[in-house]
Amino acid sequence: MESINTNKEYQKYVDKKSPNSPIFKDCFNAFWVGGLICVIGQIIYDYFIFRGFPQDLTSTIVSISLIFISAFLTAINVFNKIGKFAGAGSLIPITGFANSIISPAMEYKSEGYVMGVGAKMFTVAGPVLVYGISTSVIVGLVYLLFNTQAIMLV
Amino acid sequence: MGEFLSSIDYWMFLKAFVIGGLLCVIAQVLIDKTKLTPARILVLYVTVGTILGGLGIYKYLVDFAGCGATVPLTGFGNNLAKGVTEEVAKNGFLGAFIGGIKASAGGITAAIFFGYIASLISKPKMKKQ
Repeated sequence: MESINTNKEYQKYVDKKSPNSPIFKDCFNAFWVGGLICVIGQIIYDYFIFRGFPQDLTSTIVSISLIFISAFLTAINVFNKIGKFAGAGSLIPITGFANSIISPAMEYKSEGYVMGVGAKMFTVAGPVLVYGISTSVIVGLVYLLFNTQAIMLV
Repeated sequence: MGEFLSSIDYWMFLKAFVIGGLLCVIAQVLIDKTKLTPARILVLYVTVGTILGGLGIYKYLVDFAGCGATVPLTGFGNNLAKGVTEEVAKNGFLGAFIGGIKASAGGITAAIFFGYIASLISKPKMKKQ
């Protein structure tokens, strides 16, 4: 390793080293936490399929179960710690969507139950639903026009 | 329980882990490199998922990785698209307005209801400034 003599050189050295390592660590944590949440979903899925539930109902059960776990962990202030550690790892699974509803609902309780809890719940989930649902309507209209999955047209 | 354990496809767990993990890593790179806010990332994911679902591409990922593809928010988008196409096939035009929410009703309602309950039972705490 080259020797570091002045502050300037040290700053250069830090700049060179630091941008890379946090993103690698962030990605590693996001990878295994996100993967683990999906595996928990898969275990719940396999269990209810094993019990003879139909496939689409089982998918809904998986979503609701993960959302319940997320709500519970948010309520006891554990989810935020996981979120800080895992970043996108807990944000991208359905748990993150649930947390984005539950966390502001708790935080804005002091502003009242209607404009606090009721309105602030959708700070993040609102846009997600607006864009998701609007896109799905367009998908439905395109599907109606061609009456086939669009991939068949390409 | 033993019967259930022996019925499990452990290979599927690995695939769910890797694909689910990779979807999170893509988002993490976007957060770190582009300064996109988490809200924008979630909107991006649900929109991309809906489009890929509408194109009939996402279902291959679901077949491959199971919950590794359905649990991330792209899977929520795919679910919207899947619901809408199924409903259009059944009810025509109206289906475009019904199918999406119908397919994802459980998740949305659960999040709202549990969120409301959590706000009821939680003690208001001082916000850290």
